[in-house]
Amino acid sequence: MITTADLRKTYRVRGRDVTALDGVDLHVQEGEVYGVVGTSGAGKSTLVRCVNMLERPTSGTVTVDGLELTALAGRGPRAGRGLRAARRSIGMVFQHFNLLSSRTVRDNVELPLEIMGLDRTERRRRAGDLLDLVGLADKAGAYPAQLSGGQKQRVGIARALAGDPKVLLSDEATSALDPETTRSILELLRDLNRRLGLTVLLITHEMDVITSVCDSAALMRGGRITESGRLADLLATPGSELARAVLPLGDLPAGRPDATVLDITFPGETAARPFVSQLARTHHVDLSILGAAVETVGGRQIGRMRIELPGRHDENAVPIGYLREQGLLVDVVTDRTEDAA
Amino acid sequence: MTWAEMQPLLLTATRETLSMVGTATLVALLAGLPAGVLLVLTDRGGLLQNRPVNRVLGAVVNVGRSLPFIVLMLALTQFTKWVVGTSLGWQAASVPLAVGAVPFFARLVETAVREVDGGLVEAVQAMGGSTWTAVRKVLVPEALPSLVAGLTTTVIAVVGYSAMAGAVGGGGLGNLAYTYGYMRFETDFMTVIVVELVLLVALVQALGDLAARALAHRGRGSGPVRLLRRRPAAVRTARAPHAVRTAPRGGTPDPGPAGPSEDGGAVPEPAASH
Ligand SMILES: Nc1ncnc2c1ncn2[C@@H]1O[C@H](COP(=O)(O)OP(=O)(O)OP(=O)(O)O)[C@@H](O)[C@H]1O
Ligand SMILES: [Mg+2]
Repeated sequence: MITTADLRKTYRVRGRDVTALDGVDLHVQEGEVYGVVGTSGAGKSTLVRCVNMLERPTSGTVTVDGLELTALAGRGPRAGRGLRAARRSIGMVFQHFNLLSSRTVRDNVELPLEIMGLDRTERRRRAGDLLDLVGLADKAGAYPAQLSGGQKQRVGIARALAGDPKVLLSDEATSALDPETTRSILELLRDLNRRLGLTVLLITHEMDVITSVCDSAALMRGGRITESGRLADLLATPGSELARAVLPLGDLPAGRPDATVLDITFPGETAARPFVSQLARTHHVDLSILGAAVETVGGRQIGRMRIELPGRHDENAVPIGYLREQGLLVDVVTDRTEDAA
Repeated sequence: MTWAEMQPLLLTATRETLSMVGTATLVALLAGLPAGVLLVLTDRGGLLQNRPVNRVLGAVVNVGRSLPFIVLMLALTQFTKWVVGTSLGWQAASVPLAVGAVPFFARLVETAVREVDGGLVEAVQAMGGSTWTAVRKVLVPEALPSLVAGLTTTVIAVVGYSAMAGAVGGGGLGNLAYTYGYMRFETDFMTVIVVELVLLVALVQALGDLAARALAHRGRGSGPVRLLRRRPAAVRTARAPHAVRTAPRGGTPDPGPAGPSEDGGAVPEPAASH
């Protein structure tokens, strides 16, 4: 649904080049919620802004719903007719809502409809439907300043959906909201995604947002995507930074020599099984648990645990083999005796 | 002089003053609004970024604003004759008044429009709106309370200038004050004229504040507004806005009828407010 190929963006700041995007290949499937995380300055905002061409990429292509937007150039910063038409089927929600304070909630939602050239009665009707959809029908006559942050963002979402878009872009749409409100907005997005088949590309710096609504995710660093894929697959990937961020086990402790540390990822079905005690019993291993984390991802539980086994890696081949037989994902994090060598 | 003698003179002079102020304000609105918007649009990072246009327009506005009005009026004598066919009377005074008011208002428009959150323009762009749409649906409506405040300031400045124009043959209340109050030492008449000018300015200010207040929808800029200070802030009715912004910063500066400083020193400087 959204594809970028070798997308690059360089800003020129006081004679120096700042590379915001350094060859980004993004693939967002139709109907999925795709999250992009990364540290501040990683280029996340630049990426979404390039998707609807608010920012013109220096090179590379952007394709949305089969239409190559980078080919629909306008001159300079201005958008040509074709690009403006294409933008009407890409909704966008903003961190700071960007609602017009001089217009009522209803009139804010009608703005994109005015731009599309709908007549008054049709606009009224559509705006009413959209406000119903986001649960704000009773606030139609209010002004944005009379709404709470969460309500403002609902208006922002209703407005973004006015053009019946197939794609919704969201740059930190919940970052200005408290946790409770964040949850309700995310639920709304998830709900719209399911009901309307809406493809959502969202930017966030909160891991929670990724785990609670995203089907897929990408990690950005220094203008590049360093990891990406379906969330379930990422979490099952040894050494995945995203998995580590979703299920944090903390830093590796400076442990004893002659010990092997394992990170075990266990998917939903195995979460309930007592594999730790079984391991201890059947193999007579004195293991210690260094850390554990459990999350619900896409409605399924997934957990990670860090355990330490006495002895070097090669001495622990049997217990590791046993764990793998149980369908667990085992990542040997350190083998301290080898490290020391 | 008796009141009966003053009355017809005052009536005519008031009509003349209102005519020249009205004309100049209308021209200021028609030319200053687009000029001010264009100053913002063509600036760096603007929607129509254009260095040469911005430079030239900015220079014209600056020159227009920095010329003392009396100099502007004298310099435009030939132009005035060419436009209205005479260099005397309120019609003639209207020309330099208009020429002076356009850059004055344009700068205030620029300040007001610049204060509109860039995110709103971006939102309109993301919806597929054009630059013209952004101007019409966002920049002007969102800046409207400040624009009205700017217009109020402009009208008051023009009233001041008009008195100056009157003193050198432009008619109106300024002329009356000069010929009767100053040349003939009619102190009573002078007092009446001063009172009238003060009332006129106060009226313009009050109307402008009222309009700005009606336009500023609640919550926008809860800046200090003299008129509204004493109101309880908690009233929340559906239609009555209670928080207003009369000027880009604070209340509307009031140059007064004696003529404002030529470069509009009483006016908030643009750009410096972030
Ligand atoms: N308009 C601009 N002009 C110059 N440099 C810019 C501009 N926009 C972004 N940058 C630079 O590009 C890089 C990426 O910025 P971007 O806003 O995309 O980061 P981000 O991942 O969204 O960060 P954050 O999480 O803080 O929002 C940064 O180094 C930033 O300084
Ligand atoms: Mg950002």
